[in-house]
Amino acid sequence: MLYVYVGLAGALGALVRYEIGVGIHNFYGGSFPFPTLAVNLIGSFLLGWLTHFLFRTERFSPTVVTALGTGFIGSFTTFSTFSVETIVMIETGNLMGALFYVTLSIFLGLFSSWMGYKLGNRRFRRFTSREGES
Amino acid sequence: MDLIVVMVGAFFGAMARFGIGQLVKKWSTSVFPWATLFVNVSGSFLLGYLVNMTVDYKIVLGLGVGFLGSFTTFSTFKLEVMRFVAKDWIRFGMYLLATYVLGLVAAYLGYHLA
Repeated sequence: MLYVYVGLAGALGALVRYEIGVGIHNFYGGSFPFPTLAVNLIGSFLLGWLTHFLFRTERFSPTVVTALGTGFIGSFTTFSTFSVETIVMIETGNLMGALFYVTLSIFLGLFSSWMGYKLGNRRFRRFTSREGES
Repeated sequence: MDLIVVMVGAFFGAMARFGIGQLVKKWSTSVFPWATLFVNVSGSFLLGYLVNMTVDYKIVLGLGVGFLGSFTTFSTFKLEVMRFVAKDWIRFGMYLLATYVLGLVAAYLGYHLA
């Protein structure tokens, strides 16, 4: 049953990824893959935050944690689209664009994940100290 | 209709990724995230192959955006990389480099084999 929950949450995550892609594309028609970069950075932040705060509060069952983390956020972000977009940029002669995209993905991705982790940890410490008082 | 196609593909993509993670967990005790590395590299190869083939738009949506988009993941990869920070710089560098280098090479090979 857990597989079905992960699949369903994954379907929703992909839907949101697709909609954001279409949405950004309507405002920005350029060739730089901002939609993929945006979902990957948002998702990295969210997974860090959820894993280090919300999932540790034990308010959610392990099933919900797996469906939300592995299913929803896991499918919301994507690596294959990133790597193929990079290759297509190289193939079409946009070497600088490809280099810029990979660099942003590496450093901003790590930064987003780290921010989620830091803020999640801080939020969790406040949460546990409040629990201690009550 | 497009949305349904994306969602059906993603339903199976997320389950396949989860299943591979469970299998690896069962057979290996390694702290190295082999499962995520595997899905990201193989998914990059397959998507590279798919986009350079002349197939129906709906197939690209279902298999590319849906299935392979969900089969691979960026957020889990980054969180796993983060976990090595300050604890294991060798694995940190190896995992980061392996995913980007092998992922891009795989996408390139898929693209040119198609």
